[in-house]
Amino acid sequence: MAVATAPSSVSLVKKKELGQSYWDLVWYRFKKNRLGVLGAVLLFVLYFSFVVIPEFLAPYALENRSRYVEAPPTPIQFLDEEGRFQAPFVYGLERRVDQVKRLRTWVPDTTKKYPVALFAQGDEYMLLGLIPMNVHLFGLQTSDKDARIFLLGADALGRDYLSRILYGGRLSLMIGLLGQFLTLALGVTLGVISGYYGGPVDMFVQRFTEFLAAFPNIPLFMALSAAIPAFWSPITVYFMLTIILAFLGWGGLARQVRGLVLSLREREYALAAKSFGASDRRIMFRHLLPGTMSHVIVIATLSIPGMILAETALSWLGLGLRPPLTSWGTLLQDAATVRAIRFTPWLLWVVPPILLTILTYNMLGDGLRDALDPYSGRG
Amino acid sequence: MAQTTNGKTDNILLDVKGLKKYFPIQKGLLRRTVGYVKAVDDVSLYVREGETLGLVGESGCGKTTASRCIIRLYEPTAGQVLFKSKALSANGQPKMVNLLELTREEMTKVREEIAMIFQDPINSLNPRMTVADIIAEPMVIHGKYEKGKSEELIIQLLERVGLRPDHLRRYPHEFSGGQRQRIGIARALALNPRLVLCDEPVSALDVSIQAQTLNLLQDLQEEFNLSYLFVAHDLSVVQHISDRVAVMYVGKVAEMASAEELYANPLHPYTEALLSAVPKPDPLYKSERIIMQGDVADPSNPPSGCYFHPRCRYAVDLCKQKAPEFRELKPDHWVACHRAEELKLQGI
Repeated sequence: MAVATAPSSVSLVKKKELGQSYWDLVWYRFKKNRLGVLGAVLLFVLYFSFVVIPEFLAPYALENRSRYVEAPPTPIQFLDEEGRFQAPFVYGLERRVDQVKRLRTWVPDTTKKYPVALFAQGDEYMLLGLIPMNVHLFGLQTSDKDARIFLLGADALGRDYLSRILYGGRLSLMIGLLGQFLTLALGVTLGVISGYYGGPVDMFVQRFTEFLAAFPNIPLFMALSAAIPAFWSPITVYFMLTIILAFLGWGGLARQVRGLVLSLREREYALAAKSFGASDRRIMFRHLLPGTMSHVIVIATLSIPGMILAETALSWLGLGLRPPLTSWGTLLQDAATVRAIRFTPWLLWVVPPILLTILTYNMLGDGLRDALDPYSGRG
Repeated sequence: MAQTTNGKTDNILLDVKGLKKYFPIQKGLLRRTVGYVKAVDDVSLYVREGETLGLVGESGCGKTTASRCIIRLYEPTAGQVLFKSKALSANGQPKMVNLLELTREEMTKVREEIAMIFQDPINSLNPRMTVADIIAEPMVIHGKYEKGKSEELIIQLLERVGLRPDHLRRYPHEFSGGQRQRIGIARALALNPRLVLCDEPVSALDVSIQAQTLNLLQDLQEEFNLSYLFVAHDLSVVQHISDRVAVMYVGKVAEMASAEELYANPLHPYTEALLSAVPKPDPLYKSERIIMQGDVADPSNPPSGCYFHPRCRYAVDLCKQKAPEFRELKPDHWVACHRAEELKLQGI
């Protein structure tokens, strides 16, 4: 309740918050948290660019191969040989063999210049899987089929690495959302049931979560992914991986929801509902569940990064997604050798987007955590 | 037990007989039951139609548990709860049913006729629901919610308990304690009940609001012909609102009589001690305070015989050996004391 020390400001806040629902208050407080809002905006941008329109942002299609094997990043030039300012262009690449290091390298071929243009035409694709398009955010304006722009270099098959990172984000980011959605469904339902009924039901659910938690994760993953038949299509494997991650992850959430429900069910409003004859299901899902939602949302937001990292780690270990599926995990796999780090260090460019995603999720989660307790009086 | 001699037998709405609720004390890995907390230990009382029975006692004596057992929020260990139900009778004539023997479906029907008002005005309203939703909830549960008609009814209820229609879309945290309790009262009336179990409805409110709320409850009783089982620990509150009063001590009813009779001529030493603690408004009045020895008995390990004997200044050997029977000593005046006939006790 308001304290009477600063009457003017208090009455102002009061007026603003009058007649507002819990979620109105949450939104009101969330808006004031700059870091949280920044996280939300960045996350939206990330998901929009990596999930919805990577085909447009990427200059090339996912499997567009070229002869430029392991070409380093090509810098965009603004000055020609005489130092005159020009519209942006890139040089062509020429293959050299370094006689000292006994290595293939690519050096700029200053005789060939390709202008860089926004909204250039390139590989055909379907935007949102519906609209056929061939316009990309940027590309080379040339009729030379051999010309390429590799802002982040090329991989061992001569594919543009920037394009691959953009496409790979779709699977990695979606596995976090999908997996977390399944985890929520499982964890919340079992948690509420476990907390509400107590007794043997509670005993069974809790021992089961402990059983899951007690398994060493990596061997379990190995066993589970070994159990996935080799003839399954990569996309089925993807969904299996999501289910596996969700199945292993719901235990913690179920425990927390159970704990909250244990305390909420003793609140008099739960008793009141019971005294009026509400069914168990109604008490659980209409009266108790909303009380746990604020907590659940924060937990969910903060554990999506865990899901994304788990996918990355598993794919990196070769247990998760397999080529030709491209995710940040499979891209990391390419960058995981000493040779790659020594000679093709640009393959590590997949790391910043992973870091950025994790960071924004945490920013959003922290913002939500503060906002979701509007009666606390903090902030 | 309800066969009183003054001919009011047929008016009884709620008749509780030998109600017991033992909570098991469990210990160890295997949750072995090592004992019981006898929260309610043989409670018998009755409520007539249109009257208020006040149920008083110290904290922890089982008042709340008893009231919750009546509506089966807790499953009682033993006893009978007879209720004159209209919802369960085929011919429209109310009939006595034992609530503890009803199936879940039957009990749900009876819950239309028995409502409950809770002690804590903050916790008894769901913070995520608007006032409209909270009051509509009992109607929705019983499938009686109709758009338009029910909304009008809710507005009427809200105005009847002294709130404004524009409060409908607000949330409980925006109200003061007294207003919240009014919302709780409106919710209790939503299904037009005949019996309302009031579980210390005013003990969380400050004194000026207490009086308002009590007056509101009394007005509503007249208007809707309600019967109240009014649980409280404040004797002056109970005196204000009750027609009859039952005094509980460690899970048992010690004495039950009409309010005037009980306050003027108590028959149980515990009642006498309680009454002596009621503050008197006369500053010149020198009261004779009865200071009780010792603590309230532990309901998991009650004393032998009469539970009150270690603290009773009239106790004799018999009190230590044999539990007194709850008997009707005078018409409509029940007491559980071996020496009730011989003692001359001080009332107010």
